[in-house]
Amino acid sequence: MSLFSTRFLAASAFALMAAAPLHAKTFVYCSEGSPEGFDPAPYTSGTTFDASGHAVYNRLVQFKPGTTEIEPALAESWEVSEDGLTYTFHLRKGVKFHSNDKFTPSRDFNADDVIFTFNRQANADDPWHQYIAGITYEYYSSMEMDKLIKSIEKVDDNTVKFTLNQPEAPFLANVAMPFVSIVSKEYADALDAAGTKEDLNNAPIGTGPFKFVAYQKDAVIRYQKNADYWGEAPKIDDLIFAITPDASVRLQKLKAGECHLMPYPSPADIADIRNDPNLKLDEQAGLNVGYLAYNTTVAPFDKPEVRKALNMAIDKKAIVDAVYQGDAEIAKNPIPPTMWSYSNAIEDDKYDPEAAKKMLEDAGVSGLTMEVWAMPVQRPYMPNARRTAELIQNDMSKVGVNVEIVSYEWGEYLKKSMEAGRKGAVILGWTGDNGDPDNFLTVLLSCAAATEGGANRAFWCNKEFSDLLAKAKSSSDHDERVKLYEEAQVIFKKEAPWATLAHSTQYVPMAKNVTGFVQSPLGDYTFETVDLAE
Amino acid sequence: MLRFILSKLLYLIPTMLGITLVAFGFIRLLPGDPVLLMAGERGVSPERYAQISAQLGYDQPMWQQYFTYLGNLLQGDLGNSIVTKKPVLAEFLSLFPATVELALVAIVIATLIGVPVGVIAAIKRGSWFDQISMTGALVGFSMPIFWWGLLLIIFFSGVLQWTPVSGRISLMYFFPSVTGFMLIDSLISGQEGAFASAVSHLILPSIVLATIPLAVIARQTRSAMLEVMGEDYVRTAKAKGLPMRRVIGVHALRNAMIPVITTIGLQIGVLMAGAILTETIFSWPGIGKWMIDSISRRDYPVVQSGLLLIAGIVMVVNLIVDLTYGLINPRIRHK
Repeated sequence: MSLFSTRFLAASAFALMAAAPLHAKTFVYCSEGSPEGFDPAPYTSGTTFDASGHAVYNRLVQFKPGTTEIEPALAESWEVSEDGLTYTFHLRKGVKFHSNDKFTPSRDFNADDVIFTFNRQANADDPWHQYIAGITYEYYSSMEMDKLIKSIEKVDDNTVKFTLNQPEAPFLANVAMPFVSIVSKEYADALDAAGTKEDLNNAPIGTGPFKFVAYQKDAVIRYQKNADYWGEAPKIDDLIFAITPDASVRLQKLKAGECHLMPYPSPADIADIRNDPNLKLDEQAGLNVGYLAYNTTVAPFDKPEVRKALNMAIDKKAIVDAVYQGDAEIAKNPIPPTMWSYSNAIEDDKYDPEAAKKMLEDAGVSGLTMEVWAMPVQRPYMPNARRTAELIQNDMSKVGVNVEIVSYEWGEYLKKSMEAGRKGAVILGWTGDNGDPDNFLTVLLSCAAATEGGANRAFWCNKEFSDLLAKAKSSSDHDERVKLYEEAQVIFKKEAPWATLAHSTQYVPMAKNVTGFVQSPLGDYTFETVDLAE
Repeated sequence: MLRFILSKLLYLIPTMLGITLVAFGFIRLLPGDPVLLMAGERGVSPERYAQISAQLGYDQPMWQQYFTYLGNLLQGDLGNSIVTKKPVLAEFLSLFPATVELALVAIVIATLIGVPVGVIAAIKRGSWFDQISMTGALVGFSMPIFWWGLLLIIFFSGVLQWTPVSGRISLMYFFPSVTGFMLIDSLISGQEGAFASAVSHLILPSIVLATIPLAVIARQTRSAMLEVMGEDYVRTAKAKGLPMRRVIGVHALRNAMIPVITTIGLQIGVLMAGAILTETIFSWPGIGKWMIDSISRRDYPVVQSGLLLIAGIVMVVNLIVDLTYGLINPRIRHK
């Protein structure tokens, strides 16, 4: 879009706002970064999803607020065939798309919109596939939707049938994710006719709780409540994202009353926030894990008893206290405790340097020198990898293992840590995309992921474990899946491809008068339920 | 004069060419690449990686990529951001006014305070004022900007609550961007209190950005004045019995200003660099923050074309300084 049309858009958006009373209830969110765009499909960052997918759009199904359970959204109900291959969605009637100064929908949401949403990402020949040069649909391909979906059929205006290539239980969770937010086909046609296709990314039209009003790059995003919302209408009138990249500055803004709520406080500020009488702090166990992955293909880490012994040498409590400032739970499983199928019966390797030393001796390992990789960036699951590595180095020295800490630039780190024959153990972690255990276990620990381009940094390929995952993935019986994942966790613990370190706590500081904010275990920030007490 | 300008302009061409090469090479020399960073912890399969690289043209040999880039530049195409997919020029133009506004206010503050301080310090050489102000200048020059900005925010916005924490204007005000300069747009909007709000938002960031140039200008003015004050014509002026005000204001200051103006001009480059940190602290939507984000994402087109645009502007500003220099100092012009 040219600069002039951006200005024009802002100007007309202003005219729209001027008509509304300015005393309206305005909620300001100090967001952590700028959205890459407003089309929810091509981007992968949570920052973009908060600004586009969650505020402006809806999906066929959605995560029940505060959970990872699936509930109806634009699809009122659905049926899954016996063989798990077809999903028939019955669409909600009377759902209105937003309008802006250039577009007013003439019809309600229907099956064409659903098909448009999926086809433009799936089909390289679709005229909307490359509506912006160089655009790619990373989530669609990384969630393997392209391999999974065989066809999408419109049964009638309010029914859509998805046929899959193989049964896949997490499919429903996948279609609750922001990258398949339902986009208006009618709007796309109108933009095409006007020759302004790129406005799909600049001036989004959705069915969601908030209408997009204006975006001033790197500064402010403005939304207005969608009064025609099919669900419960938002309680606030205007929603503003004040983009504030620095965590300390965000906190100062919150304290000064310049915003009502902020994400990602720095761990060092938590105590200060707790002591501030004007603020409150919402905390929840995050859907994440921080881990140390051994290379299970390189001696002596190919022996489970060696890995087990090293795990017993690491004082995880000390790491949680020093690196996470105590705001984390010690991890014993690869999936977090808030996730369904988490096995509490599993016993963690006890911190016991003496026993660890003996186990290493028994395994014939002496004078071992190993690398521990410390990532150069801060992540919610790992606030300070360098410090963690130092603590591990210290722990290991007590059992006679000499640790060298290495680090690379982030992109290099991700690449080199996946190179076959890599030396040593890698600190990394994961935050769930859709709340399904498969999204942790298959992505991070399956045989299929143990190749270049995968994410199994332990290069751990255990057939029994992978078979359990495959079976669980194709089963539509929830109880059976729980059982299978519990069994998989037993194997994981026995084989110890990782030292599981911690599940960090997510904090959301907000002003005292904010009510109704529901924290998402997936780390999404949504505001349809928030309100401001007088 | 025209020949002078033309010869200066001619010099710009090889410099700009050199900058394209440096900017193109610099961002590619950094380890890591945009595709890997976009994929994150999940990783990207080799086929997918090859596909995206080909789509972006990064599978071509380096020299070919460079010449494609040059060819596009000549046609006025600065490329599209890999991350936002938007034209680099449009992004630059939408962010640049914010940086210019901040930089102009900062340089005005630095000059209005720095020059008088330098003059007084020179006249009262060795006095307590001289010592305090020059120590202050040394501290200002060595100030870690990030720390200084946060300190000011915590004190003035947090404790005293005199100034807003960050942003360009209170979120209450919403009007179309006409010029991109918030001070002007807020006046045009006619909304009550908008201009005052814009001014209050400018205070802290412009003080932070002005800190280093202020120190440099004050020190440069002082030393230039000291030098000029020892010249024969100043002694003559004094001996003629001219009032001190005239000796300093006309005979000394005018001559001392020549190197000071060069210094001020050179500070424009410093301001652009300072803007990177200042804008990040104060969430100021300018090009400094944009460059930082783009470098960390290895957004090649934005970094190489953005650097080129910034360098071009710094050079044009320096050219203008050279020309004014020629105006006040005829010796340069006639050389």
